[in-house]
Amino acid sequence: MKLKRLAALLTAGIFVLSAVGCTGGETSKDDLNADSGTQTENNNDGNNNTSDNSDTIKIGGIGPLTGELAMYGTNAMNGAQLAINESDGALGKKIEFIILDDKGDITEATNAYNKHVNNNEVSAIIGAVTSQPSAAVAVAAAKDNTPMITPTGTAIDITTYGENVFRACYTDPFQGKVIAAFAASSLEKKTAAVIYNKDSDYSIGCAEAFKTTFEEKGGSIVGYESYSNSDKDFKSQLTNIASKNPDVLFIPDYYSVVALIAKQVKDVNLKAVLLGTDGWDSVHSVVEDPSLIEGAFFCNHYSPDDTDPEVQNFITKYKETYGSEPNAFAALGYDAAKLIINAIETAGTTDKEAVVEALKNTDISAVTGSIKFDEERNPIKSVSILQIQNGQYKMYEKLNPSDL
Amino acid sequence: MNFIQQLINGLSIGSVYALVALGYTMVYGIVKLINFAHGDIIMVGSYIVLFSMKSAGFPFWISILGAFTLCAILGVVIERVAYKPLRQAPRISALITAIGVSILIQNVFMLSFKPDPRPFPNVIDGNFGIGSINVSYTTALTIGISVLLMILLQLIVKKTKVGKAMRAVSEDEGAASLMGINVNRTISITFAIGSGLAAVGGALYSAAYPLVDPFMGAMFGLKAFVAAVIGGIGSIPGAILGGLIMGIAESMTKAYISSQLTDIIVFGILIVVLLVKPSGIMGKNVKEKV
Repeated sequence: MKLKRLAALLTAGIFVLSAVGCTGGETSKDDLNADSGTQTENNNDGNNNTSDNSDTIKIGGIGPLTGELAMYGTNAMNGAQLAINESDGALGKKIEFIILDDKGDITEATNAYNKHVNNNEVSAIIGAVTSQPSAAVAVAAAKDNTPMITPTGTAIDITTYGENVFRACYTDPFQGKVIAAFAASSLEKKTAAVIYNKDSDYSIGCAEAFKTTFEEKGGSIVGYESYSNSDKDFKSQLTNIASKNPDVLFIPDYYSVVALIAKQVKDVNLKAVLLGTDGWDSVHSVVEDPSLIEGAFFCNHYSPDDTDPEVQNFITKYKETYGSEPNAFAALGYDAAKLIINAIETAGTTDKEAVVEALKNTDISAVTGSIKFDEERNPIKSVSILQIQNGQYKMYEKLNPSDL
Repeated sequence: MNFIQQLINGLSIGSVYALVALGYTMVYGIVKLINFAHGDIIMVGSYIVLFSMKSAGFPFWISILGAFTLCAILGVVIERVAYKPLRQAPRISALITAIGVSILIQNVFMLSFKPDPRPFPNVIDGNFGIGSINVSYTTALTIGISVLLMILLQLIVKKTKVGKAMRAVSEDEGAASLMGINVNRTISITFAIGSGLAAVGGALYSAAYPLVDPFMGAMFGLKAFVAAVIGGIGSIPGAILGGLIMGIAESMTKAYISSQLTDIIVFGILIVVLLVKPSGIMGKNVKEKV
């Protein structure tokens, strides 16, 4: 009984507070409208878009800040924050970057999006960071036509949900294709095996594209095994693969799973060159024994030893601000924020349609390469292949879209 | 050859299941409680070994002994604080308390050590070959320590006074106490041994799958519990058998059928066993007292 009354009181309190909040917002809006008559029109057709009239532009960030994927979300959002700090605002206004945690979960991501749009009244969204939450946010954003860029959501379907959905990274199938072409052409390997997560769109997308491309290039796939999300034991699948003795083993998954698989690859005495995707970034932070992943290749969005001044400038500033080396997620977060700011500047307004239109015509040079968008709103840019040498990532080769 | 290799893979994970299942089965046998916090003791054990090796620099075997001791104490404390006051209460109350303790431990660890998975130190490296079969030292170590502990446990239960007391209490608590057996002490010892075994299970598990996070015990504990039920909950040889069946079934399904069917087949075995013999493979049929 006591608890119920407390809950009722709390709810009542929240209602009162939110009512006060609303009226407060309302009056200030009217005051501003009286001063600047021209902007009211704009304000009426963009439903509830108060940001045009206030002196800040709000941008919403969504990413996993806790849980297994926390490292990705934190890095991407740090990168975006850095770009926003660096920009001195847009259109003469300050930019406020509000970040919400999605815990890597679809429901949480949708809730975060709704909160951004309804309570924070953001002009654009940077997020989500991982593929499945990004797709959920894309579906929601498509309904409101909110400009959205996922910095790192690589699943192919994300941008298909609306004309307003963009991404700063390349797609899953593209990664699989690049790494397969690299294995077949540059490394001249003949046989390959794949072990992938059948519960992850990301992993499946990469694995399928790898298989197709590797076979097209004349190689043969001798093992094609899968596992599920909760699995920690991969020895059965790896034993099967080891008996086929492939030249390379492709593991398209995130770093924490890669750490487990790499250990068991050694346990079953499988001596293939390991290949991975951008999920491998940060893998050295969860692998205790660096020899497990020594010599492995993976494709990534950028490389810290790239000599491009844009890249070096970013790395220096990131280290100053956060005290650690930026990974690819930070770089993509940075680029995503840069794309949004650039689009708002070009559009000259935060009107949703104008910003989306400006994004489509983007042509800027960024940390992860010079970025243009294709018709599917995926970026056209180069891919860095990194090799792990002495526990460090070293740039091995840079592949341009035309090389494939 | 591949088949024997897969059998070894199954034995390796199965023996860890068995170690953890022993804790479930012993506690159930003696207080008729499904101790859901048992899975989280695995996690606590892994963290203790992790910190003792990484921060304090102790070797693996000392760390394991430390984890065994600390988790044994933790098990006794949990029993004293959470379960003992409910010993006369309906069984469902104790069960819900166990779930509560489990959530408490997980969240305390999440808050103290962050939810990010941590790498577990490398315990032992390399492989050796028997003919064309290749066995990693990690696997050999896991199977070796598990078998050793199971034998030790059998000796304790069958040959010592404490073991006799445990068997007596599990048969009839009232009669045992009338015969002068200290029931509270016996229950504490049971929790201590069960939790200690879980800690060792956790350490071996983490040595083979070197990532530790606050929720690692949940799924693993559930599977070990299923193993205990398959073998016949309350029966010690049953827990060992159940663990090995689970491990081998998992690895064979992954290797020869499909990794997508692993859980279906493992839990399918559980259903079949319960249909054919509801008390589990080695479980005793208990007549309901009217």
